[in-house]
Amino acid sequence: MNFVKDDKMIRIEDLVFEYGWDEEEAAAPVNAVDHVSLEVERGSFTAVIGRNGSGKSTLAKNINALLLPASGRVIVDGFDTLDDAALWEIRQRVGMVFQNPDNQLVSAVVEDDVAFGPENLGVAPDEIRERIRFSLTAVDMYAHRKMAPHLLSGGQKQRVAIAGVIAMKPEIIIFDEPTAMLDPEGRAEVMGIIERLHEENITVVLITHFMEETLNSDRIVIMDRGRIAMEGTPAEIFSRTAEIEALDLKLPFAVELTARLKERGIDIPAGLITERALSEHLLTLWKGNETSDLCPSE
Amino acid sequence: MIRDITLGQYYPEHSRIHRLDPRLKIIVTLVYIVSLFLVKDFIGYGIVLVTVGIITAISKVPLKFMLRGLKPIVLIIVFTFTLNMLMTQGTILWEWGFLKITKEGLYNAVFMALRLVFLIIGSSLLTLTTKPIKLTDGIESLLKPFKRFGMPTHELAMMMTIALRFIPTLLEETDKIMKAQQARGADFETGSILRRAKALVPLLVPLFVGAFRIAQELAMAMESRCYRGGEGRTKLNALKFRGRDALAIVFTAIYMAAIMAERIFI
Ligand SMILES: Nc1ncnc2c1ncn2[C@@H]1O[C@H](COP(=O)(O)OP(=O)(O)OP(=O)(O)O)[C@@H](O)[C@H]1O
Ligand SMILES: [Mg+2]
Repeated sequence: MNFVKDDKMIRIEDLVFEYGWDEEEAAAPVNAVDHVSLEVERGSFTAVIGRNGSGKSTLAKNINALLLPASGRVIVDGFDTLDDAALWEIRQRVGMVFQNPDNQLVSAVVEDDVAFGPENLGVAPDEIRERIRFSLTAVDMYAHRKMAPHLLSGGQKQRVAIAGVIAMKPEIIIFDEPTAMLDPEGRAEVMGIIERLHEENITVVLITHFMEETLNSDRIVIMDRGRIAMEGTPAEIFSRTAEIEALDLKLPFAVELTARLKERGIDIPAGLITERALSEHLLTLWKGNETSDLCPSE
Repeated sequence: MIRDITLGQYYPEHSRIHRLDPRLKIIVTLVYIVSLFLVKDFIGYGIVLVTVGIITAISKVPLKFMLRGLKPIVLIIVFTFTLNMLMTQGTILWEWGFLKITKEGLYNAVFMALRLVFLIIGSSLLTLTTKPIKLTDGIESLLKPFKRFGMPTHELAMMMTIALRFIPTLLEETDKIMKAQQARGADFETGSILRRAKALVPLLVPLFVGAFRIAQELAMAMESRCYRGGEGRTKLNALKFRGRDALAIVFTAIYMAAIMAERIFI
């Protein structure tokens, strides 16, 4: 097993991944991930967006060696995913939370499910019990530890799935559309937990279709047809509205509103991408100038 | 409606029987089944009845639940009873055409029916007092010696665990598909058996597709959580043999001795 001390948490170098020949549609293999290079800092929060089929999930699965590169390399915390001997080191470091909360819980009892990962790692039973306690507490589900997963709400199930990952003490957690199947309440719960994990210095990679969920990230990566189409901080990314719309993506509400207000001649400084920041700005504008054309005169 | 089906028949309670080591309970149940075949007269069944009665009382499982287990096999019991009654040669009590009931036949019929009833009640006691998960753990542990001969014991146990986890999920899925198809005019409840069976086909196809999708996603999630088979794996709830288990062994031995003694000396 080769281990090279690496200052980056994840280092993806010219990654190509193909699922094999698509006989009906194309004469050549289609690259689901096509020459992608990406570096993820320790403790950072990276959001990945892109239309359906743009290769986000494929990229994610390449990070924890569920899929292996056709060419290029993926280095996780100094371990190369192509190195067989490093497989379990990598999977222990990279936790994955998937979209469907039902299809990632293994056991018929919540605490047994959280124990599944540590059991696989060969952790001693007393230590497992301790890990169950802290990880279920971290997602506010300790009171439900004896329940059957199918009796929980979608948001609760997803929190149990997250606890199952936390119990493995990962460095990185990749969330692949964790809120896609949840109601607004469940979505808020899960997003709250993701931000808390980020605060506790876990490297977070969040794949999502909800622009609002990317606003607190350190960096947004936009994928399109297997390639990285855009990359930058949320403020940078959402100042390039025309490019985003060209990629079939919706703008966050505040950005959209800013654009519309600009069309009406109201000048709003760049970088107000959260609803909160925009509404605070609008409020001061309105207070400072009660007669401005913010309130149409009719 | 489909969600009302409860799996197995575990009766949650905190009795001494519930807390016994599942491995021991499985073995004792097997011993008990053997003992039923050693009984040769009604005095023997008397011993069985008293023993089962005492265990039931300790387990705090209501009698109603015990008898419920018999419901699915009433037909089999009646069938065995009738067959035994009519087919045994001996002193004729009653005759009508080629049908005749003999004294020995009646005796045999009652004897066999009782054996079946005790068989079911005994195994119900096992499933009523043991959580399915514990049962799975117990079976895995008991089969361990066969691992040497290539039996995939860990895999079997993991399969049972996953099945237990996903039965409610699949039932939900079935319910959803059924409702979706009923909303579009499918009819599962009327018509001949053939017609109803045909109506089930469009139900089964999406169900199977769904099951495969679940399997694929679950496998991926398990791999992500470092699952690599039974090798090097620890267990949160390792089975432990305790004082009360030793006590249960002593009781089982006494019971077996009584059954044997009755068979030989009375
Ligand atoms: N198991 C598979 N076998 C063959 N092709 C696949 C497989 N999974 C994905 N693909 C193809 O690879 C490409 C990228 O898929 P991927 O699932 O990575 O996209 P995605 O960005 O995650 O999309 P979504 O937003 O729908 O989740 C798509 O063209 C898809 O059809
Ligand atoms: Mg995806």
